[in-house]
Amino acid sequence: MLFVAKRLGSALLVMFAISIVVFLIFFATPGVDPAARLAGRGASPEVLSQVRHAFGFDQPLPVRYVLMMDHLFVTRDLTSYVNIGDKVVPQIMQAAPVTLSLVLGAAIIWIVLGLGGGILATRFRGSVVDPIIMVIGIAAVSLPAYWVGEVVNLITQDRLHDTVFSWVPPLGYVPFAQNPGQWALHLLFPWLTLALLYGGIYARVLRAELVTAMGEDYVRTGRAKGLSERRILWRHALRGSLSPVVSLFGLDLGSLIGGAALLTEVVFGLPGIGKLTWDSLQNLDLPVIMACVLYAAFFVVAANAIVDLLYAVIDPRVRRA
Amino acid sequence: MAEVTVAIATSERGTPRSRRSAGPWRVAFTQIAHNPVAVGSAIALVIIIAVCLAAPLYAQFIAHTDPFQSNINGTTVIDGHSVAVLQQQTQGLGLGVEPIGPTWNISNYFLGADSQGRDVFARLLYGGRTTLLIGFSSALICCALGALVGIIAGYFGGPVDWVLSRLMDIIWAFPVYLLAISLSVVLLTGGLKIGPIVIGPSNLLLPILIIALIYVPYVARPIRGQVLSLKNREFVKAAIGLGASDWRILRREILRNVLPTVIVFIPLMMALNMLTESALSFLSIGVQPPNASWGTIINDGLDLLYTRPAVAIAPGIMLVITAVALNLLGDAVRDALDPKAKLRGAA
Repeated sequence: MLFVAKRLGSALLVMFAISIVVFLIFFATPGVDPAARLAGRGASPEVLSQVRHAFGFDQPLPVRYVLMMDHLFVTRDLTSYVNIGDKVVPQIMQAAPVTLSLVLGAAIIWIVLGLGGGILATRFRGSVVDPIIMVIGIAAVSLPAYWVGEVVNLITQDRLHDTVFSWVPPLGYVPFAQNPGQWALHLLFPWLTLALLYGGIYARVLRAELVTAMGEDYVRTGRAKGLSERRILWRHALRGSLSPVVSLFGLDLGSLIGGAALLTEVVFGLPGIGKLTWDSLQNLDLPVIMACVLYAAFFVVAANAIVDLLYAVIDPRVRRA
Repeated sequence: MAEVTVAIATSERGTPRSRRSAGPWRVAFTQIAHNPVAVGSAIALVIIIAVCLAAPLYAQFIAHTDPFQSNINGTTVIDGHSVAVLQQQTQGLGLGVEPIGPTWNISNYFLGADSQGRDVFARLLYGGRTTLLIGFSSALICCALGALVGIIAGYFGGPVDWVLSRLMDIIWAFPVYLLAISLSVVLLTGGLKIGPIVIGPSNLLLPILIIALIYVPYVARPIRGQVLSLKNREFVKAAIGLGASDWRILRREILRNVLPTVIVFIPLMMALNMLTESALSFLSIGVQPPNASWGTIINDGLDLLYTRPAVAIAPGIMLVITAVALNLLGDAVRDALDPKAKLRGAA
């Protein structure tokens, strides 16, 4: 219980620190003036001071920080600087399901690809299958996601759109509640693009773990007892090797749901959290940026805490550390 | 005197070279040199680096183009005919212009022109210089900083460790791209001014420093863990018992044992940093014009994607080849330097 309280306490502390760091990055970086950006290039000093007053930039930093947090969490009526009147919280609520659809679908695909690839590579170690899978894994890790997205768009939206890929809908998003079939069809290529990258990482991690496990004493004991190689791999080696993969999965899922799939969303025109963050960053729309970053940090920190707590459940030694 | 010289000469002859046991670095190097994948990757990298370094030579002597000057009214000669670099569009309303496509002639718009009529292939080589430079220098800075933070936190422990570890936690809890994008958006509008030091918005130092900073926890965390376990090893205890100073222990015992881990990180971080740089540049918050990088060229090619896909595809292919080579080389370096990995291979 003490462990849980301590872990949650430190998670909250990190969240608080992140909100301050973001605030300072945008308001206290030397040589950066948010008012100048909002007023546009070449604004006169009078206009600048007007803007400064209107947005409350003339107040001391701590006051502005508290005011912004109050609007974001307590009254929940924080509004955008750029699109005056747009409330920030509903915008996030609207974008969240898009990102969730993208990430969860991709996660299912990459888990299948990653686990399958890792197990196959271990099973066929010493044959050509292993290095082939590992080279594909390295290539997948080395691919820039946005570039793959562009190439996929080029093929499915233009070059082969009249023949093979005539069934691919235009870029965009259709809510699941509106039309589940179209929802899946619109997300298919974004899913595959995202899953390719992560599937490569998971296959490599799992293979490394499995190969280590296959050299352990308990595997040798299993062989001495006359267990089949298949049983040793599936029932013994795989079990121990999955825990690093599971913790990696937790952390990746957290950061992706928080908006780390930004590039994929931008390339495929999906109006999710990443796209919202990106648009707000381009306008330097600080309230939206603040909300997006905190939203993202929440999932990262929560995923970290959950993974740690799960470890404590599995392994009692962690609780006393 | 003469006798002494003879004595030295015979003693040198007396110990055959093979008898002297090779040091760990030499063993690692030999292992890498005997790994065909590693050698192949290294050769590919050397070729890519050499070709990119030769960009000014190519632009001046082979292509005769200036890849940074827009060339809207330029012409070039193809099959004996003079052809405009930007041609009137024939499809649609016919109002727009369309750059010429790849000629596949190495001395003449090999990959065609971009929307400003600039030679894409020459830009590709120049862009490679930028991307490689940023990837390499930010990887070095990142590994040096990460090692420093990890060693100090792990060795001194206590409040120093607490502060540094929380700092790493905070950077770690930021989604990487968000931190990089936030810093880039802010710094690229006005540059960075700290007292007398002014770094302009188009200075390459900005993306280098930003990318180095965001990945510091990746290096610092494992190094800190390694230092923590090194601190309890007999040879460090012995050094402490002999009254060695902290500085001496750090330098002679800790750093020497941590160095292989740091070196293992460099090629892998370089691949990661290049990909990050190109992603930031693709979002137009990385390398700023007039500089070009593979990411900015992919961005340039975005508007031409369906008409002239070579502009966006070529830099991506270069990026993937370089990153794959770095990752393969990094794996080989890790297998050679990390004794644990060596055991793994034997099992």
